[in-house]
Amino acid sequence: MTPTSSPAAPAKRQLTVPTVADLAAEGKSPEILFWVGCAGAFDDRYKRVTRAFARILEHVGTNYAVLGLEESCTGDPAKRAGNEFLFQMQAMQNITTMNGYGIKKIVTACPHCFNTIKNEYPALGGEYEVIHHSTYLQQLINEGKVAVKGGESFKGRRITFHDSCYLGRANNIYEAPRDVLAALDADLVEMKRSRANGLCCGAGGAQMWKEPEPGKKDINIERTEEALATLGGAAAALDNLRGVETERPAPGQHPLQGSIIAVGCPFCMTMMSDGVKNKEQEGIVQVFDLAELVASAEGINA
Amino acid sequence: MLQPILFALLLLAAFGLFAWQVRKIRANILVGRDRDMSGHFGERLNKTLLVAFGQQKMFKRVTPAVLHLVVYVGFIVINIEVIEIIIDGLFGTHRFLSFLGPVYSALMAVNETLAALVIVAVAAFWWRRNHRPPVQRFTGVELRMWPKLDANIILYIEVALMAALFFMNSADIRLHQLEGKALPGAFPVSHFLANLLPATSVDTLEVLERAGWWIHITGILLFLNYLPSSKHFHILLAFPNVWYSRLVPQGQFSNVDSITHEVKAMMDPSYVVPAPATNPDGSALAPTPFGAKDVEDLPWTSLLNAYSCTECGRCTSVCPANLTGKLLSPRKIIMDTRDRVEEKYNSPLIFHPNVYGPEARHEPITDLANATLLRGKVTPEELWACTTCNACVESCPVNINPLESIIEMRRFLVLEESAAPNSLNVMFSNIENNGAPWAFSPSDRLNWADELYVAEKVTT
Repeated sequence: MTPTSSPAAPAKRQLTVPTVADLAAEGKSPEILFWVGCAGAFDDRYKRVTRAFARILEHVGTNYAVLGLEESCTGDPAKRAGNEFLFQMQAMQNITTMNGYGIKKIVTACPHCFNTIKNEYPALGGEYEVIHHSTYLQQLINEGKVAVKGGESFKGRRITFHDSCYLGRANNIYEAPRDVLAALDADLVEMKRSRANGLCCGAGGAQMWKEPEPGKKDINIERTEEALATLGGAAAALDNLRGVETERPAPGQHPLQGSIIAVGCPFCMTMMSDGVKNKEQEGIVQVFDLAELVASAEGINA
Repeated sequence: MLQPILFALLLLAAFGLFAWQVRKIRANILVGRDRDMSGHFGERLNKTLLVAFGQQKMFKRVTPAVLHLVVYVGFIVINIEVIEIIIDGLFGTHRFLSFLGPVYSALMAVNETLAALVIVAVAAFWWRRNHRPPVQRFTGVELRMWPKLDANIILYIEVALMAALFFMNSADIRLHQLEGKALPGAFPVSHFLANLLPATSVDTLEVLERAGWWIHITGILLFLNYLPSSKHFHILLAFPNVWYSRLVPQGQFSNVDSITHEVKAMMDPSYVVPAPATNPDGSALAPTPFGAKDVEDLPWTSLLNAYSCTECGRCTSVCPANLTGKLLSPRKIIMDTRDRVEEKYNSPLIFHPNVYGPEARHEPITDLANATLLRGKVTPEELWACTTCNACVESCPVNINPLESIIEMRRFLVLEESAAPNSLNVMFSNIENNGAPWAFSPSDRLNWADELYVAEKVTT
């Protein structure tokens, strides 16, 4: 069930991801900086998201570049953990780099980087137009630059979207990711705790780097159980629609087969994937980022 | 003539005592650090109208919202009658506002209807708190002893005040019936209750009516002076608290200016750090710590938050850490802040701060004088359980921000005491050394782009 390349488009092309330094050497600067983020650069699972998003940027012919080796942690985990000094050191360093290149617009697939650069860098001298990749993908779809056709079909597949705190409550972005998913023509189901009431995956506020405090349960398990119950409840509801033709799973297939938990954040990705594994559902339910779903539906994976 | 004088004295004493208590609370709030919350008049007005007056955020949970709305509207409308009571009391008039004619009838009818509904709502509130098991969010280590009693006292007083109102009106109706006079106004509830009163003598009923009147107004004035000791103070401070809401995105955390100067000076030796603030006599002010160890290290808005909290527990009930059995409860942090500022500075008339023991994994506190907010009341274990998800901030009907206090105390732990959990110290040194929170080589940062292909697609 991994996103696969469209069989109809065998021709492929190798990408050389442009760095801002390369462009500067040619006297050019990118229209938009793709801020990859540490998870996007180093986490094996999220690297696939970074690659999917880079494919989309290439596919639509965006004038983009990455900072490459000149990118450094935004300082978000340090700030949330109380290390304001380290945060500001990181922020100043990144701002110096970006201002030096005259960066005006930034897109990132990480809500934490997004929030930090958008909201906390301006006071330190870094003013940019920052957009999260969910908004960017929504724009591409709305402008018709991405048709989300020609690749894998998500029609009728059950998808539930897990709101990232730093996209949702922190910045009031709830609709863009849902609009992107709606374009897939999938069967979108909402968890009870969604949008402003969404439950955190458990990784924010630097929890990603530490063991949780003693308690009854891990937060990601609580959230994964909710996601699985939602997908399962939707499956049961479909089964109960007597006389209505629905795309039922083949006989003998697990009712959740092919269901997807969609995320828009590297930490949510880790936490939800771990949760699904903990519940031993990883062969049945998958966790995908929005960019992976769009690239897959567009058939540009190679 | 005796009654107006007595009444004037009572009024003076009650408002004097209340003003004295409010001054103490104001002083407590102002021990907090400066924070400029001026400007944005239109936006603040809009928020106050929607969130405070309009109860917008209450309606995320419909049942308590409807019950609360009844009590809230009842409180406002019945206060119109209090104006009449005060005028009557001072000038010896009787039902002064009755010259309004049909408007007066309507007002009294609405009043009585609301008063009856308030009793029903309060009964429901009482049930929600006291049946077994109570609504989940009315439990927790911070909601025992005084806070639990306080919540019930408020409900009992509200019922008593409404009962006094009905008693006063019923006696007045009965009295007028006996005297063969028409009582101005319409009283849908007392009209029936009046029949329960004895129709013996005019004198007895006059006494009953006066007693009802005095109990009602004395009760209100006592309640007014109970507020500063109670969570019920939210009925007043919810409004300024919403007015002074943070207007920036919830994900934006405050910057520490002193650190900004230091970092700028490190990166640019020519940067001139502004001179530190001085006392009026020119001597240097005592340096303020990074972050918050005690209440005076918090911004004054966080202390205003503490006085606006009605301990409803919506924050705690949506906290992912609390939901999964961790010690963190955002409500406890807000309540601890109020307890601590009252313990260290001005205490209210009734003061029973929460004391925690092993149930909240607290060491027994021996040195009360030096028991600061951090460690004395809020443990590092609580603070480190926070995911900064903003669910508590989002859920608060009066825009209290527990997250801000949590971050300020984390700052103190990290920057002043180097007391972060070890795994976080590892993360910090990774960022310092590799520019990433994990131990990866910075030279591998672009490895994700290796062997990257895109399918060529004929765009239509």
